[in-house]
Amino acid sequence: MTATLPTAEETRVTTTLESPTQAPVAAGATPAPLVRRRRRNKLTSYLLPVVVFAALIGVWYAITYLFLEPGKRFLMPAPHTLITDALLDPVITDKVWPALGRTIVVSFAGLGIAIVIGMLWAIAMSQSKAVEASLYPYAVALQCIPILALVPLIGFWFDFGFESRVIVCVMIALFPIVSNTLFGIQSVDRGHHELFTLHRAGRITRLVKLQLPAALPAIFAGFRISAGLSVVGAIVGDLFFKKGDPGLGILLSNFSSRLQGAPLFFTIVVTAVLGFAVFFLFGLLAKLAVGRWYDQSRDAG
Amino acid sequence: MSAPAPTAPPAATGTTVLQFTDVARQFPDGTVALEGVDLTIQRGEFVTVVGPSGCGKSTLLRIASGLDEASAGTATVDARRIGYVFQDATLLPWRSVQKNVELLAELHGMSKTATNQAALDAIELVGLRGHEKKLPRALSGGMKMRASLARSLTLDPDLFLFDEPFGALDEITRERLNDELIRLFVAKGFGALFITHSVSEAVYMSTRVLVMSGRPGHIVDSFEVPFGTDRTPELRFTPEFAKLAGEVSHALREGHS
Repeated sequence: MTATLPTAEETRVTTTLESPTQAPVAAGATPAPLVRRRRRNKLTSYLLPVVVFAALIGVWYAITYLFLEPGKRFLMPAPHTLITDALLDPVITDKVWPALGRTIVVSFAGLGIAIVIGMLWAIAMSQSKAVEASLYPYAVALQCIPILALVPLIGFWFDFGFESRVIVCVMIALFPIVSNTLFGIQSVDRGHHELFTLHRAGRITRLVKLQLPAALPAIFAGFRISAGLSVVGAIVGDLFFKKGDPGLGILLSNFSSRLQGAPLFFTIVVTAVLGFAVFFLFGLLAKLAVGRWYDQSRDAG
Repeated sequence: MSAPAPTAPPAATGTTVLQFTDVARQFPDGTVALEGVDLTIQRGEFVTVVGPSGCGKSTLLRIASGLDEASAGTATVDARRIGYVFQDATLLPWRSVQKNVELLAELHGMSKTATNQAALDAIELVGLRGHEKKLPRALSGGMKMRASLARSLTLDPDLFLFDEPFGALDEITRERLNDELIRLFVAKGFGALFITHSVSEAVYMSTRVLVMSGRPGHIVDSFEVPFGTDRTPELRFTPEFAKLAGEVSHALREGHS
């Protein structure tokens, strides 16, 4: 039989019911101020941070030129000297840009390894209560032990080069991936589970078709946190493991010990920008992966 | 409870698809949810269970589906495939309508082309054509329920279980879906066990109405519904309908007190 059922009416009814904005637009009165208010909000949300930024730069100049004697200005070099004495100085930038590249390589290598280990760890725990009971305390321990206390040991065992820096990144970035992946998998709707049970879905099918897709928003939230942490890990690793070519952490330490104020501040800004870039990159990736169906505004992300 | 036999040929109208004999269910905490339930459903029968909240209706359905097990008595299901429509549409939010409707056929290992064709047919049948690419979030409550119905239809089940599927919908949508479900039932001839707390819906949809009462859950009364299969909304306003609905309501109150 091909009884085509009358959905057209229902669709029409529901669309008018569900888009209340359409009616007032026709009526003309209320929506205009509504739109204007929203636009003003958008403007202020861009404008206010800029104003604050300008104020901070002003305070910075005031400290440099009003409070510091000329001989001590290396402690807080004026903002424009970051450009003139660092960004435009090839001697400095020839050190900073390659160091930035190496820090990126270290943090992404660490993050990549943390993602693989962390997700496998969480998936293993999600599949068996016994595995969860035996392994979860170690995930928490990883979070509780100050990693910095282990850093010298890592150097002791794995030498003071690239590998040790990556290991520090992995250790710092691991926990959010484990906990978010596990949380995401365990938060799957009970009705969905029953649907899969009813139709005799196997463990792997359930994992691939239900648990992992449902967990993706939480998993990506974990990636984002861990990405930021892995940058921190790369810098910290640098400070301890100085063998081989320097990353940003080594440069920070060198510039500060040589009292090179402008290059030091410039490197700090580069580090901050790297942190922002990584944060936004993973926000974007999450949006591309799950934004189609998952409303991120729901978890204040 | 015996497992559904997947190899059995498509059953004709009149074949018994579900049989409960003296079924009871006691939960580990001592609560008796069901006691002494006898129930037989054949293909071509639309049996509705009506009863107050917490009377064990859902437990009855869960045992029929295999999600739960009887603690005494025998519950036999003899259907190649069971359709189960939940109170929520339980669509996967990351899958389009088409992909959601394909899910169960996928889980049952149907070939890709067969799955695709079954989904297209089912979508046509519930009137969701043109909405295949939409995500669940873009659908109204009624459309979600249609998609959920279509998902089960791809399996061409002999036994359809409904757990208050239209309970969350507004009355207009609900009545329209009632009519459409009757049409599907007439066309496919499956056996149906439908749970509701609406007397009007129960009488309108069914060939037989069972009244349940709680503590412990048991069937207190049974009514054969004499109306044919060509039911229209006007039926709800006939004296015969009002009389039967009145009797069912009465039985419901009696059982409840």
